[in-house]
Amino acid sequence: MTPPRRVKLHEIAHCRAGDKGDTAILSLIAYRAEDFPVLRDGVTTDAVKRHMAGIIKGEIRRYELPKLQALQFVGEHALGGGVTVSLALDAHGKSLSYALLEMEIEVQAPPRPSP
Amino acid sequence: MRIGSGAGFAGDRLDAAVVLAERGGLDYLAMECLGERTVALAQLRRLRDPDTGYDPLLERRMRALLPLLKRNKFRLVTNMGGANPLAAAGRVAAIARDLGLALSVAAVTGDDVLDRIDHRQKAMEDAEPLDSHGPLVAANAYLGADAILPALESGAEVIVTGRAADPSLFLAPMVHELDWKLDDWDRLARGTVAGHLLECAGQLTGGYFADPGRKDVPDMASLGFPFADISADGTARFGKVAGTGGRIDRMTATEQLLYEVTDPCAYVTPDVVADFTTTGLDETGPDAVTTSGARGRRRPDALKVSVGYRAGFLGEGEIGYAGSHAVERAELAGEIMRERLANLFGRLRIDVIGMTALHGGTLDGSARPYEARLRVAARAADAAAAALVGEEVEALYTNGPAGGGGVRRSVTEQIGIVSCLIPRGQVQVKTTVLEA
Repeated sequence: MTPPRRVKLHEIAHCRAGDKGDTAILSLIAYRAEDFPVLRDGVTTDAVKRHMAGIIKGEIRRYELPKLQALQFVGEHALGGGVTVSLALDAHGKSLSYALLEMEIEVQAPPRPSP
Repeated sequence: MRIGSGAGFAGDRLDAAVVLAERGGLDYLAMECLGERTVALAQLRRLRDPDTGYDPLLERRMRALLPLLKRNKFRLVTNMGGANPLAAAGRVAAIARDLGLALSVAAVTGDDVLDRIDHRQKAMEDAEPLDSHGPLVAANAYLGADAILPALESGAEVIVTGRAADPSLFLAPMVHELDWKLDDWDRLARGTVAGHLLECAGQLTGGYFADPGRKDVPDMASLGFPFADISADGTARFGKVAGTGGRIDRMTATEQLLYEVTDPCAYVTPDVVADFTTTGLDETGPDAVTTSGARGRRRPDALKVSVGYRAGFLGEGEIGYAGSHAVERAELAGEIMRERLANLFGRLRIDVIGMTALHGGTLDGSARPYEARLRVAARAADAAAAALVGEEVEALYTNGPAGGGGVRRSVTEQIGIVSCLIPRGQVQVKTTVLEA
């Protein structure tokens, strides 16, 4: 068995960010169906909370969407109070998809190219 | 029936909509142009001039699209009415006359409920009274497909609304053409899935998706906008015009299906509560995906109201540094700004673009960039006070660290948004048909 390897989520998944008020919504989607269990087991709510600690200040809800090989993260208090009071350059948090994709998780399989 | 998506936001590309109108074989074209803040900003324009308050690009869009609409016999549904659907419809009719086209235009009004809601009621977001946030300028209920149906039944070729739920702009023509019942929750859910996938236009066809070497998208400069063929049972097959750029596949469609969805089990619109976890999503050809089988539940009893208030002014200033110690010089400039501005503003945001501006830090611990750009931002009650931010940044030219260049400064009026609910019975939708 090959030893586990740490990879950025960027290697095995893609992501789009959306917003509603002060809530950030991050859709994490496995490139390959067989990687969905890796995401499901490795990208826990707690792990995302730790990784995004400086960004998402409130609760994080996670939804599993196995048919879509995706996880949906909904993070409260993530956008500096929302567009109205935020002083941030990216008040909508559009770029947060790539903050999540910087997170590293352990995978068993050797590296392989995405499609 | 085939419905296309001709805009995903107020400033979207027009040429892609023209391609769809020319060669898309459309029955309907829907254009979503009204962001959360757009209607309140439009209301401010209307207060200054009662004949305005609709989409600033309406004129340009209609001049390009109306001749194609007549030639190819499709109908157009759009929320470009903004804060003044009647004036927008009047303008569309005038443009049609100017182009020598006979046209029936309908305005759907009734979303403006500023005079019908209690301004002291609590906002859904923070349970504080609505008017404690700031002077209220607009309150618009999200209308559903049912509000647009009378306009469709009138035979109008162009239908202009104000605030309507984005997917409802797409669902209404489906209900009308396919004779769906307004309590057929499963069909309404499937139509809502289709509307949600279409409402951001290019975001389904490879826009907002590309990541070179990982997620490549062909010919993005000519990105094609999407259309969908809707079957009687709500199954929707999505495609784009042959020869246009972009791509539609499981990956692009999954990103868009989940986009801005706070609860995938309960996507709430005025029409239905749709369960997106129950939808099938399959690749059914090159640049073609099909959704099917979503389930829905009864629509909510009340309509959501988006309430806009004046939230002061945002002042911003930026200055760039490059080469050795670029980040150090930007950081020094930031320290100077903090010392000079901290007493004037309650909150100050100071970032080095390239290091901290988007995620608060570099999450990958990467090396420093060649260029760095200082950004300073603060809010103020009035424009003159907000302008101080940019003025101070500009003064870094002669008083700040070495080699600063490319100052940009801005002052932007801010509209805040809070929400409340309104019983359906208190919203009176009206359809006004104009003939050109």
